Amino acid sequence: MFNSRKTSRLLASPYIAWAMIFIIVPLGMILFYGLTDESGAFTFANIAAIAEPVHLRSLILALILSVISTVICFFLAYPLGMILARNKLSSQGIITTLFILPMWMNFLLRTLAWMTLLENKGVINGVLDFIGLPEINVINTPGAIVLGMVYNFLPFMILPIYNSLSSIDDNVINAARDLGADAVQTFFKVTLPLTVPGIISGITMVFIPALTTFAISTMLGGSKILLIGNIIEQEFTLSYDWNLGAGLSIVLMVFIVINMVVSALSDKKGEDR
Amino acid sequence: MSKELIRLENISKSFDGELILDDLNLTIHENEFVTLLGPSGCGKTTTLRIIGGFETPDKGRVIFDGQDITALAPNKRQLNTVFQKYALFTHMDIAENIAFGLKIKNKPQEYIEDKIHYALKLVNLEGYEHRMPESLSGGQQQRVAIARAIVNEPKVLLLDEPLGALDLKLRQDMQYELIRLKNELGITFIYVTHDQEEALTMSDHIVVMNQGYIQQEGSPEDIYNEPENAFVADFIGDSNIIHATMVRDELVNILDTDFICVDKDFGENKPVDVVIRPEDVELVPRGQGTLPGTVSHVIFKGVHYEMEVQAGGFEWLVHSTRMFDAGTEVDIKVDPFNIQVMNRPESEDEEAMVIDV
Repeated sequence: MFNSRKTSRLLASPYIAWAMIFIIVPLGMILFYGLTDESGAFTFANIAAIAEPVHLRSLILALILSVISTVICFFLAYPLGMILARNKLSSQGIITTLFILPMWMNFLLRTLAWMTLLENKGVINGVLDFIGLPEINVINTPGAIVLGMVYNFLPFMILPIYNSLSSIDDNVINAARDLGADAVQTFFKVTLPLTVPGIISGITMVFIPALTTFAISTMLGGSKILLIGNIIEQEFTLSYDWNLGAGLSIVLMVFIVINMVVSALSDKKGEDR
Repeated sequence: MSKELIRLENISKSFDGELILDDLNLTIHENEFVTLLGPSGCGKTTTLRIIGGFETPDKGRVIFDGQDITALAPNKRQLNTVFQKYALFTHMDIAENIAFGLKIKNKPQEYIEDKIHYALKLVNLEGYEHRMPESLSGGQQQRVAIARAIVNEPKVLLLDEPLGALDLKLRQDMQYELIRLKNELGITFIYVTHDQEEALTMSDHIVVMNQGYIQQEGSPEDIYNEPENAFVADFIGDSNIIHATMVRDELVNILDTDFICVDKDFGENKPVDVVIRPEDVELVPRGQGTLPGTVSHVIFKGVHYEMEVQAGGFEWLVHSTRMFDAGTEVDIKVDPFNIQVMNRPESEDEEAMVIDV
């Protein structure tokens, strides 16, 4: 019924229209604004602006914080993925629910909740005060931003890792043991290499949103810590310098494209094998 | 008989409260091709996994070459396994797969390369060193799995239904291949299958299992010709299993007709089961045999005709190269040597599982 090429093109048209209006056109506009000045003349100045100390610092900070968050997410997610994959029947439901449940709540609300918890006069310090421990100062530090990133993006690391772990046949692990490998050797020579595709898509899915975030850093980092996302946001919403904002966006996109190319390459390698 | 290699002593194992193996005792000798044969859920794979070290028995001991290895981890055991569905490492090429065990043991590079070459030659896969497992056919992957196991020079090779995923023709080729391999390597093979033909073709020694118990052990000829109970008779090949009464030594009453047999010591007027293989039932023109009957179906099977004969209220299965048309009135004749008399199972449980299969 839907086998003809014409029909399938027709069925795809709503999405194609959507993609044209909300993805392709905005991208074109960013490219246009990024490569022109106020008068509309062609310039590289907006892109070169990344070299300005303020911009460069925020880009480097964003890179550092998102790398740290990604690494933390990986070390939290991998053991959990192993536990989930091992207990295929029993405790899986509960643990999965615990991790998926927060995702049903709006991302901004969740981050706002952390703000309330971490504030200097917030819930955590209230509890510490009550039991006689010294207060901690977490809010408005890079640590708070990392915490927010890990909290929000952890599920995106767990899911692909869990998927690749649970698709390993038990007998493949048994075979490694059978051939003389102990538990540690089996993990590093068999389990870990077999889950590389899952790890890479997990990294992509955590690193890119962490690198580009401005909401988490605004709420948990205060106004002093600016990530590249915050700078871009401010150029668009406060300074109304769309050309500079778009130019910096293009720079950020380069990092995203690099990440995606790396993951696509390793995916392809995985298929070849 | 050659030296004892593996002894299972009083092994019991249950999963989720369900008893899979109950007080199993089994001795396996050096350089034997032993097959654990039985329907699914009979405990044969669990037995193999206990020998391999992937399951720990709830009770009992595993003795390997005089040493108790019950609690030993699989990587410390001098045996290797060929798994169902091959279980190759898909992120390594064929050479790396085969080298896996040797690299773990830190063998020199030259030795490893020799071994890879030797193993691939042995399984007829020369030149496949740098292919990836997924680019190979099922039969080829199975050969790689075998090569990967044997380069470690195990004393015992465990094979868990290794031919189950292959098609019929390939399976038959691989059966001969496995026999050849076993003879070339001179090691013990423990083979698990539910395919009785495979078991009869390859084994030196067959262990028939059902519901966690060993039903019978012996050479393929013993198992086929002298089944000890109706389960074994029914599971191995086609057979006519009939309730009968042992009148006295060497005389059995089958379906109200007396037949001369060669079995003794069952007592007088004792209820028994008799097994008569379809190829041992002789059909002769009416008046020349022992039990009168009528041919009800005839099917041509290639090497012989398969006929169903109604006689004495029982439907006899008969294999013969001599064809009688459906409806022909015939007599059934059985040579005394071909009547196998067995004790009838006493408990209802046993009875039930016999009927079940």
